[in-house]
Amino acid sequence: MSWQKKILRVNLTEGTCTPEPLNMEWAADYLGQRGLGTKYLVEEVDPKVDPVSPDNKLIFATGPLTGTAASTGARYSVVTKGALTGAIACSNSGGYFGAELKFAGWDMIIFEGKAPKPVYLYINDDQAELIPADGIWGKSVWEADKILHDRHQDPQLKISAIGRSGEEGVMYACIVNDLHRAAGRSGVGTVMGSKNLKAVAVRGTIGVSVKDPQRFMQTVTEKKKILAGNPVTGQGLPTYGTQVLMNVINEVGALPTRNSSAVQFDGASKISGEAMHEPRASDGKTNLVTNQACFGCTIACGRISRIDKEHYTVKNRPEYWGASGGLEYENAWSLGADCGVDDLDALTFANYICNEQGFDPITFGATLAAAMELYEKGVITDADTGGVKLNFGSAEALTTMAEQVGKNEGFGKILGLGSKRLCEKYGHPELSMSVKGQEFPAYDPRGIQGMGLTYATSNRGACHLRSYTVASEILGIPEKTDPLVTGGKAGLVKAFQDATAAVDSSGLCLFTTFAWTLEDFYPQIDAACEGEWTLERLAQTGERIWNLERQFNLAAGFTAQDDTLPKRMLTEPATSGPAKGKVNGLDQMLPEYYELRGWTKEGVPTSDTLQNLGLS
Amino acid sequence: MQRSLYISPDKCTGCLQCEMACSFEHEGTFNPAKSRIKVFTFHSEGRFVPYTCTQCDEAWCMSACPTEAISLDAATGAKMVNDALCVGCKVCTIACPFGTINYNSVTGKVIKCDLCGGDPACAKACPTQAITYIDAEGTGYDRMRAWASRTDNQSAARA
Repeated sequence: MSWQKKILRVNLTEGTCTPEPLNMEWAADYLGQRGLGTKYLVEEVDPKVDPVSPDNKLIFATGPLTGTAASTGARYSVVTKGALTGAIACSNSGGYFGAELKFAGWDMIIFEGKAPKPVYLYINDDQAELIPADGIWGKSVWEADKILHDRHQDPQLKISAIGRSGEEGVMYACIVNDLHRAAGRSGVGTVMGSKNLKAVAVRGTIGVSVKDPQRFMQTVTEKKKILAGNPVTGQGLPTYGTQVLMNVINEVGALPTRNSSAVQFDGASKISGEAMHEPRASDGKTNLVTNQACFGCTIACGRISRIDKEHYTVKNRPEYWGASGGLEYENAWSLGADCGVDDLDALTFANYICNEQGFDPITFGATLAAAMELYEKGVITDADTGGVKLNFGSAEALTTMAEQVGKNEGFGKILGLGSKRLCEKYGHPELSMSVKGQEFPAYDPRGIQGMGLTYATSNRGACHLRSYTVASEILGIPEKTDPLVTGGKAGLVKAFQDATAAVDSSGLCLFTTFAWTLEDFYPQIDAACEGEWTLERLAQTGERIWNLERQFNLAAGFTAQDDTLPKRMLTEPATSGPAKGKVNGLDQMLPEYYELRGWTKEGVPTSDTLQNLGLS
Repeated sequence: MQRSLYISPDKCTGCLQCEMACSFEHEGTFNPAKSRIKVFTFHSEGRFVPYTCTQCDEAWCMSACPTEAISLDAATGAKMVNDALCVGCKVCTIACPFGTINYNSVTGKVIKCDLCGGDPACAKACPTQAITYIDAEGTGYDRMRAWASRTDNQSAARA
């Protein structure tokens, strides 16, 4: 119950779609979604595989609570070996697609091989078929979405697709579902494109059952009340979205600015959640139209925005006049503060292009920021950029380059490499603000020390969604720790990493953890799923998943040398704010972290650790 | 007091908790495809609109039914489908001007909102009060109150 106990194996090389039973022993150990998808990948894929070769696999995995009445039961994850990083990749998305896949009767789809010609997968309950992607290959996510809805004459169809970036090998292509929700990071869309797979279109009418319906409904109703009564999930997120953070993080001096050359941005208030509520001087309307929930979500943090029709980005381009997915905090930071741009509508437009063409705005913004620094140093010149002035603060440079990356043309081809490859190409690898090839997000590790360890040890490369210690260090959730000290952070990071891995495997959203702990998750899982789910079992499942991901990366060739930060974070002190004069104290946290994990000094899980977790 | 479902689309976030509650109440599973209430998304306008049967007094579906499978629940005012009498002819789905009665191919019967016997699951599940179940004679009062609050009594008195 709650699992559909059925997965779809799609061999793209052979053109076959084969149902098979879900491995319930693995489900008992890895729950679903992130954990279970990773278990299948580890069992079936050589960690040394070239991510964009047919031998890599691409797994769409729901969780047991996806498509149930539990709040936020929308989530699915895409698990693969990441194109951007070469590490384990697991990108999580909301919207409506994941629940629809579950309603159609599937826990998971495993794509293997490579289609001889571009195709898309069409699922109508238990019927699944590969259909030639004629008419949609070469189109944007938005165009493909419309064409597929028209072609199948089904407005209820839920679609997950890559855009042109994914087709053309931009290294950080996303998989976008429901027009503006994305499995965004690590180049999972690049892997999809390498398989000649354009889209997955699903219609599900079978539904989802749970083990103990009455107890389940009672439990989820109680837990929803906690979300509604919490100031972050009940008020802050629905009103301002994740953008509630922009002014907060700027004030604590942890807003990476101009490729992390500063930690505070003087334009922060102009691109904040509050600014999205302010009537524009130009047309008197607000950027924000409304908030939107993903499937089943009682928080509803999503932003729906509209750009002023007279703004230079959309003037005479009515196709961009409608409302669509607006700025979340990470994107407002990467496109805004990190590039020094404070034009809210320009950021919104760049974000639209990321959704429309399917590429990760965090990596894109951070890569452009690195290119801007190289341009200002004179390393990148007008001859490289085709005459576009790549100065920090230039909204025109931002929006022009977003469109060039989207079409993989001009200097966009170079930006499409991601910051690590771009900075290496120009002889300045130290200017890439990345770990394991993935750019870090919107929290400067000099101002929030725990995030340094978070980025350094994240299994998918730098990321805030692997252990969001910001919650503790800045917001005081579940308890306040000092962001400027390193003491205690190793334990904090480990605890957050393990809990997050469990949450990411449930089908529910990490954002609930502003109000919930694992204490709130396990009763919902236990009422829905076979077997007995306790707090201890759930916590250990999280730790098991973390170690399994680690093992994949070690086998892929990563070592403790890769658990580090860009030199700038370790040697160039913050220049303003509360963290002024500080660097990140990674060397004070990492050895303790390895020890707490039960890993050797080389960052390798000991045989005892593996045995305790059932991984040996 | 007769009550009716009252929907305020401006409060809807598109979460579909109502559709899950409805399908759970009637089918025992979470299955929006079998929900009697549907939320429609108008993406480019950023609007989400829940829509279901308004329980017409002189119900077209009831008048059109050739087997008298649709009847009035006097306690709630709901128009109820009797599965034992419904032959799945779908004439009611043609007759309903609003499209809120629909055919279920799994059962071969039509399905529509029955107000859950007077305690609608959708209204209970809605996290934003976009769907409420209130006095059928006062569904406009909230809007009246909002407009009333904008009335300037003092200048009216001076005039």
